[in-house]
Amino acid sequence: MRKPQIRWHILVFLAPAVLVYTAIMIIPLFNTLRLALFDEVDRTRVFVGLDNFRTLFGDPLWSDAFWNALGNNFWFFLIHMLVQNPIGILLAAILSHPRLRFAALYRTAIFVPTILSFVIVGFAWKLILSPIWGIAPGMMDAVGLDDYFLPWLGLESTALTTLALISVWQFVGIPMMLIYAALLSIPEEILEAGECDGITGASAFWKIKLPLILPSIGIISILTFVGNFNAFDLIYAAQGALAGPDYSTDILGTFMYRTFFGFQLQLGDPHMGSAIASAMFAIILIGVCIYLFGIQTRMRRYQF
Amino acid sequence: MNKARRNPVNIAAAHGILILYTVIALFPVFVILINSFKTRRSIFREPLALPDAESFSTVGYETVFNQGDFFGYFQNSMIVTVASLFFILLFGAMAAFALSEYRFKGNTLMGLYLALGIMIPIRIGTVAILELMVDTGLVNTLWALILVYTAQGLPLAVFILSEFMRQVSDDLKNAGRIDGLSEYTIFFRLVLPLVRPAMATVAVFNMIPIWNDLWFPLILAPAEETKTLTLGSQVFIGQFVTDWNAVLSALGMAILPVMVLYVIFSRQLIRGITSGAVK
Repeated sequence: MRKPQIRWHILVFLAPAVLVYTAIMIIPLFNTLRLALFDEVDRTRVFVGLDNFRTLFGDPLWSDAFWNALGNNFWFFLIHMLVQNPIGILLAAILSHPRLRFAALYRTAIFVPTILSFVIVGFAWKLILSPIWGIAPGMMDAVGLDDYFLPWLGLESTALTTLALISVWQFVGIPMMLIYAALLSIPEEILEAGECDGITGASAFWKIKLPLILPSIGIISILTFVGNFNAFDLIYAAQGALAGPDYSTDILGTFMYRTFFGFQLQLGDPHMGSAIASAMFAIILIGVCIYLFGIQTRMRRYQF
Repeated sequence: MNKARRNPVNIAAAHGILILYTVIALFPVFVILINSFKTRRSIFREPLALPDAESFSTVGYETVFNQGDFFGYFQNSMIVTVASLFFILLFGAMAAFALSEYRFKGNTLMGLYLALGIMIPIRIGTVAILELMVDTGLVNTLWALILVYTAQGLPLAVFILSEFMRQVSDDLKNAGRIDGLSEYTIFFRLVLPLVRPAMATVAVFNMIPIWNDLWFPLILAPAEETKTLTLGSQVFIGQFVTDWNAVLSALGMAILPVMVLYVIFSRQLIRGITSGAVK
């Protein structure tokens, strides 16, 4: 047997990507999981097993903050699923109408918020909703709703929902675009066949198009899930690292930032930070697995 | 023909919904931009009016230019974004070529390994990334950001580019091999030019998140000389909270470059998303 010769060019092609990816992404990821098992005692790193997790889930000082952040995060995600994705689907369904004029213009305009940074979005909405400036109260006054104005971002009961809706405003362009693409790829013959059977208009959407775009809705859901569970920027830009008022907008990203980096009087603790990061990793992994094994494999894909 | 497609009431309703949502999408940007050119008094008195001869003022922008180093921030953002995109595209295309062109042991495994990063956000590893950057002395340098964004962008880039490279005809590459071209020449001269549209898609996908990221600049490069535009405007606004002219102008300064880039690249971006690059 001939000894297979090493094809160096394959190595050369693969090496840079694999090296950078491994060194900056994979190793730090596992290192973070490993650091979660250590703690600092007398300025040396000692192995403490699962103690950090015990503290995180068991010590009321930590666990209250953790469950609060986790619960807020789920609420944040729920609002995205219930508001962002239906609006995105609605807009895409309208845009995919074959003879609609100015469709490209609408598409471009509606996508604008998505390209803006969280800092711009956070502050812009903070200013608009601010009772000092009075744009929001002024506009509500004009339509006779001025009694309903509240400083939404400043109230514990409404701040998180308001921020979630701002985030929805920012990202609605993404589900819109993906669903739009999926709708365009439905062949005309299928819709015409439906028409012959008398299925038109809204029922064509519910009975023919919606089942066909379900895989895209699945992808959007998992993208939203991953995006929401490592969100940080918008909350930080709008409410600061303390995620006020009184931690009511604290999500896992801001909680991890405060913990490992330290904020104001609180000292940074990389080991507890790693423990939180590990919890986030587990949550995201569970979500991705549910999607990959529970949803994606069961979804019927149609080949045209 | 579908009845709904001819019905003028439905068409009007469709335009109505789209116009309404377009207004919702653009209104905040519009309000920020017009008010950034007004005097403090008219910002509060008539927030929705366009600046006119009386209310026009650039005092906010003057504060921004005098107090913040926005050109420096902009330059940093440019360097980080362009360099990261360059490495993502170069390394990503090379790896994608190796995975799609050659059969070797562990090919599929390597593909899966690289694809892991599509779903797992790099932020999870931040604690160890910070330690790594401190140990290598890269903290507060633009290199830290460039490396992180390259690693972050590679998985999706390899995935998309290898899909496209599989479509490049084998005959062309084999013709090149018969003519005695090296594998490197085949890659750079024959294959790369053919996947240029896919490269553009990858570039546009990565450009926005890199430009807009706040997390890594905040943690890895918060020094004044290495602040990106996103972090710079965040810090600036935090310091000038009560100076409404300055805050609005800083927001305007942050919006304008992104809008210019968007106007240039929006077709590419939208075509990229709708051509089904994300499947």
